[in-house]
Amino acid sequence: METMGWLQGALGGVLIGLSATLLMGLLGRIAGISGILSGLIFDRGGDRPWRLAFLLGLVSGPALLMLTESDLGNTAAGAGVVGLPVAGPLLMLAGGLLVGLGTGLGSGCTSGHGVCGLARLSPRSMAATLVFVLVAMLTVFVSRHMLGGSV
Amino acid sequence: MKALAGYLAGLLFGLGLAISGMTDPARVIGFLDVAGAWDPTLIFVLGGAVITTFTGYRLAWRRQAPVLDARFQLPTRRDLDGRLLGGAALFGIGWGLTGYCPGPAVASLPGLSWPLALFLVAMVAGWWLARRFSPAH
Repeated sequence: METMGWLQGALGGVLIGLSATLLMGLLGRIAGISGILSGLIFDRGGDRPWRLAFLLGLVSGPALLMLTESDLGNTAAGAGVVGLPVAGPLLMLAGGLLVGLGTGLGSGCTSGHGVCGLARLSPRSMAATLVFVLVAMLTVFVSRHMLGGSV
Repeated sequence: MKALAGYLAGLLFGLGLAISGMTDPARVIGFLDVAGAWDPTLIFVLGGAVITTFTGYRLAWRRQAPVLDARFQLPTRRDLDGRLLGGAALFGIGWGLTGYCPGPAVASLPGLSWPLALFLVAMVAGWWLARRFSPAH
């Protein structure tokens, strides 16, 4: 039933919020995935251990559900935990580059700006979130409905 | 202790993404496709996350400092500039083309496929490029 999928979305959202709260309360940090992971790869210094541990945790969450064959996933198709990519290799390459470049220049992604920034009532994060959501909707509209899904 | 805190936060985040369905790009594109069979799930995810974080942050900030560190590290800028908005726009295009933002892309590693691997490598290259263009780094 669709309503169950929405409720599960809200439940997952609460878990993400608890994660952000934990990171702020214990380490005093924003739970921004692009900042944590790009920092882990490119910055030296004392933040590396907890950032690496965060990465391991992030991957082990879905891995745990998959290993226990849990039915807690919420894919649109209704089976599995991790959905398959819908875009082809070239689009994934271009999209990945744009996501990296854009979140690097814009100092955040859906988690840092979208979740933590909105919760802090930051004007920069509100503007960034509005821009990336609207541009993403426009991108889907153009690629699906104007170019007929050929892109 | 800091690493343990990082692991627990990452684990909750990864479970949240998987349970909410955000590790499925079809769900995400379903939300972004307002002219198609619109899927509102992402609104529930974002709503649950923002309300919880809003409340949790205010509880956390009652202390003078975080439990395991000397101070809270919060962004202080409030002005809008071209780098922020242009970056957000580029991110939006990439997100719309693929249905992946950084968290779900990395959390989907246990179900790794070739297209996803390409996405992840290109995303790291994008971060590297952004740092080359940034005076702060």
